[in-house]
Amino acid sequence: MTLKGGDVRQERIDRGIKVRTGGIYAVSSWKEIGYLLIPRLVLIVGLLILPLAVTNLYWQRVISIVGIYALLSLSFDFLTHFVGLVSLGGAFYVGVGGYMAAILNTKLGLSPLFTIPMAALGGAAICTLFLLPCLPLRGVYFSIVTLMYPLITARIIEALNILGGTDGIVGVASFPNRWVEQYSLFGLLLLILFGLRRLVNKDIGLVFRGIKDNDQAVKASGINITHYKAAAVFISSGMGCLGGAYLVHIYMWSGISQLALDFSIIPIASTVIGGGGTLVGPVLGAFILVPISELLRAFGTLRIVFYSLILMAFIIFRSEGLMVYAQRKYHQFERWVKV
Amino acid sequence: MEILVYGIINSVTLALMALGFTLVYGISGLPNFAHGALYIVTGFIAWSFIHTLKLNFLLAMFLSLFVTGLIGAAIYRLFLIRVRGMATSEIIASYAIGLAILEGLRWGGFKGMTYTLPVFIEGSLQILGVQVDLQRIMVVVVGVVVMGLLWLFTHYNRIGLALRAMAQDERAALMLGIDSDRMAVAAMFLGSFLAGLAAVVLLPLGNIVVEAGYNVLIMAIAVCIVGGLGSWIGAILAAFLIGFVQILTVVYIESHFQIVVALLAIIVTLILKPSGLFGRQKELEERV
Repeated sequence: MTLKGGDVRQERIDRGIKVRTGGIYAVSSWKEIGYLLIPRLVLIVGLLILPLAVTNLYWQRVISIVGIYALLSLSFDFLTHFVGLVSLGGAFYVGVGGYMAAILNTKLGLSPLFTIPMAALGGAAICTLFLLPCLPLRGVYFSIVTLMYPLITARIIEALNILGGTDGIVGVASFPNRWVEQYSLFGLLLLILFGLRRLVNKDIGLVFRGIKDNDQAVKASGINITHYKAAAVFISSGMGCLGGAYLVHIYMWSGISQLALDFSIIPIASTVIGGGGTLVGPVLGAFILVPISELLRAFGTLRIVFYSLILMAFIIFRSEGLMVYAQRKYHQFERWVKV
Repeated sequence: MEILVYGIINSVTLALMALGFTLVYGISGLPNFAHGALYIVTGFIAWSFIHTLKLNFLLAMFLSLFVTGLIGAAIYRLFLIRVRGMATSEIIASYAIGLAILEGLRWGGFKGMTYTLPVFIEGSLQILGVQVDLQRIMVVVVGVVVMGLLWLFTHYNRIGLALRAMAQDERAALMLGIDSDRMAVAAMFLGSFLAGLAAVVLLPLGNIVVEAGYNVLIMAIAVCIVGGLGSWIGAILAAFLIGFVQILTVVYIESHFQIVVALLAIIVTLILKPSGLFGRQKELEERV
């Protein structure tokens, strides 16, 4: 680039602080501790204050939904950017988890305290079992097959009139009060977020990323990649099912609309906007996108147009996303130097 | 007899829906998930031409085909070309565009009222003892003619040959002086044109509804996956396979299962043999 002073280029230098080197925390001053902790504290405190800060009844419901979408986005980001399986069928997880929680609650009379973990784990097992035959597929083929799963499940429920048919399952118990609902959801969200960040840096995370980058090489090292892929799908679909179970208990109803495309598209859009591969980004993306989409609810289907256009614009023109950009600005100095 | 006649009609219908999709994928490797949206857009454009501009019926049809072709080419040139080669981004971006178009149309007032296109020819005919509308026979005729023309175009026309060269080996085509970006735009024009053609012959059989866009996309994907992505002969054979199975399910089970058949065909084919019946993709590219 040419400026007044002659040819210059932008130089980026990492800030001189490396923290987790082989498990040793080498932090030497309050400034550096602050540098590390502040972004994390902003997120944690922000999430914990949010239910207190929002007083409007309608927006209280919205932030619960945002939490669910954040979970789904996290699940998509993990499977896409750390394992390399691009699943376009997030709605399938939501549907399985939702229906399972609804059945456990209405038929067996279990309270949400039991149905939600059971639906998350049991639903994840069911999803993994159904996706097991597709795991050897790569790239586009896996994406297309997963896109079809929620569609076909919805059509089969409709055609066979099972699981309540088009009416769905009504009369699902709700949470005792909104504090339990929101704080348990946000608590789990934070737990999963920081848990996943640890997981992807452990040995198993390394194998996952190996599978993403070069599955043949991983296979050649004598590692059964289908086992690892199944484990990753279990983790990811578990989050989706957890979200679905929460959704059902919040709406007190489970139906075909839980298999709708919204639950596949919005998490993808928030991941793209927030920045794929950062894990925090998708959560941030959900917190930006879902409220905007709620504001546009008055315009009917225009909001779908709106977020598809945002999605398209980001994927084509700004594919790195907000969080990658922010992290670069935070962790690196930038300056112009003469060439 | 009924099964045979309606099976053939249904198969040609499916083939028409899928031709544009498989053409674009075969040539530029783009899974065009906006295909269903382009189909519906043609219907609305033709409708507007006839009812607001009061154009002659046939003229309106042809104009709407060209407009759709241009829309498709513009979408490719302006947006999709930037993510070329990144299959997942292509899927998400084209799907987002399709979604935006369809939901935009739904928002823009094309709902509630029924919008219909006039049929080409009224009346019906007895074939092998089965009563068939002339429009449905028209669909079969158009389908067969289009397939024939497409074959001639890709075997005897310079642009057609260039398109085929690119489908076979893009690098070699580049070395022979074929501009691959321009050809990809041409392919997208042709693909959208074909989606539009399917729309103008198929839509008069029912109402123009936005939901049909999603169904057309699913059917096109089903046909292309079963036939093998990018293979034209495979797509046509797969259209016949799925077409007859669908008619059989409608006759012997229930019409609700028609779309389930298509979805199931996609899943089963992808799991067992991702390259489909006639795919040319290498085994290692699609599964481990």
